[in-house]
Amino acid sequence: MALETTYIQEKLSQKFGSNVLNFEMKRDIFSLEATSETVHEVIQTLKEDESLNFHFLTDVCGIHFPDNDENHQFAVVYHLHNWIENMRIRVTTFLKGENPEVSSIIDLFTSANWMERETWDFYGINFIGHPQLKRILNMDEMVSFPMRKEFPLEDSGRTDKDDRFFGRTIKQIK
Amino acid sequence: MSELLLPPEHRYAKIIEETRNSDGSELTILNLGPTHPATHGIFQNILLMDGERIIDAEPTIGYIHRAFEKIAENRPFYQINVLTDRMNYCSSPINNMAWWMTVEKLLKIEVPKRAQYLRVIVMELARITDHLICNSILGVDTGAYTGFLYVFQFREKVYEIYEEICGARLTTNMGRIGGFERDWSEEAFRKLDVFLTDFPVAWKEFENLFERNRIFIDRTVNVGPLTAESAMDYGFTGPNLRAAGIDYDVRKAQPYSSYEDFEFDVPVGKSGDTYDRFCVRNAEVWESLKIIRQALDKLPEGPIHADVPDYYLPPKEEVYNNMEALIYHFKIVMGEVPVPVDEIYHAVEGGNGELGFYLITDGSRTPYRLHFRRPCFIYYQAYPEMIKGSMLSDAIVILSSLNVIAGELDA
Repeated sequence: MALETTYIQEKLSQKFGSNVLNFEMKRDIFSLEATSETVHEVIQTLKEDESLNFHFLTDVCGIHFPDNDENHQFAVVYHLHNWIENMRIRVTTFLKGENPEVSSIIDLFTSANWMERETWDFYGINFIGHPQLKRILNMDEMVSFPMRKEFPLEDSGRTDKDDRFFGRTIKQIK
Repeated sequence: MSELLLPPEHRYAKIIEETRNSDGSELTILNLGPTHPATHGIFQNILLMDGERIIDAEPTIGYIHRAFEKIAENRPFYQINVLTDRMNYCSSPINNMAWWMTVEKLLKIEVPKRAQYLRVIVMELARITDHLICNSILGVDTGAYTGFLYVFQFREKVYEIYEEICGARLTTNMGRIGGFERDWSEEAFRKLDVFLTDFPVAWKEFENLFERNRIFIDRTVNVGPLTAESAMDYGFTGPNLRAAGIDYDVRKAQPYSSYEDFEFDVPVGKSGDTYDRFCVRNAEVWESLKIIRQALDKLPEGPIHADVPDYYLPPKEEVYNNMEALIYHFKIVMGEVPVPVDEIYHAVEGGNGELGFYLITDGSRTPYRLHFRRPCFIYYQAYPEMIKGSMLSDAIVILSSLNVIAGELDA
């Protein structure tokens, strides 16, 4: 791989200091975390810097972590891809639980439009600067955000699917 | 304009009011869909039209949204496979195999070569049916019904092969964690041989019927063109991207399931118009046939599943006669299998582009989060941009050539 992960880390750390953290090779994808204030600029740098050139947005999606602290309740995960070097990168940003919001990256990638709408639709994450942030798959009249963990899928009184009965320990992931 | 047709707060209402001509003529709106015979799926587009030219379009999707991501968060891994068939139902085996490969990547299971090759064969068969449906329906939309009827029987032949492999036809639920549920029968290989002899003849004739057909060329060349830059910007992948001239193919970029063992080309187009998309799909069918032949020639003997008793159901006779097998059987069926804590992304080349699974596990029986990267969903947002300025009949052809599958769009 011509593009070294240490180079990416150095480049980003130099520019953003402590706003980019937790660089880690998670299986085959190099991952990093960026604060919600800088994530737009981080992605802009990843895309526009000649030597990095992550020019393709593969995916945007949200995650809900109800057990985390107040500032890490939601996450938005961006997968970028550099087709020339054939390297993927994952940028995660954590958001606060009350009115989560993050800058839209629609000015960098047009394809982010519907992906961000989907994330809004299911998690209620507000993308600042999105031209048409409204529900996309659910009906407009809906008031809740169905992919949040507190939204029940089936009868919450069911006990046959309780992991504790099988002696399983669940790690709290962050 | 009547309020019944368009609520006054709609953004079109203002445009119509502003552009009203002195002779009383005005822009009109046309509701294309949600159920319309020419859209081959449930999509709604509210078109703003000047005569027969489209000025603007507003797509509404989500009519068959089934909350797969939410359901997946409540199901053990082997039960999620049936959700994936129902995404791109024109090529369900690709989705099935993609899901198993994601789980195997998570569990670090090495699948035997024979199973990998069989997977390649069935995935390429699925790609052929996917492209076959797209291209023949494109013919129907331009008024050529014959080609469709002529090649469509071969989809039936492929479905018979699926039936031999797994018992199902459309929503296949094929394969297991670690490989296949059973080895392919001789009948399956016989049917595959018959298909490989008969289909190329029909496909050649289908191509001859269209590729130099004056009416077809007039209807498709320069209809809905897309530059490589904008295709990339809109997140296009798969044949639609390659028609615009970018040779990105997940099978080449990040080979999975031994794709690196086979020789095949990645066909690319130039202008990204409807005709190029048609030709790229045609060419890909030939490449798929090439891959299937190579895989059949090189097909190794050996086991058809990895030796993973924790995840792979033991044979029935052992379940009835052996305590250990019974315990495994019970645990697997109940979904109580060991699951590591991890975060992975796995992508395959689906019928329409990069089909990706982003999976986060926390050690419980179900995924903590599973996100489907559905190629259709991402590139369908370019549709309004593509049909602006074209005729209504071209909009239908463009939609058809994009091969937007409602199930994959809405998940």
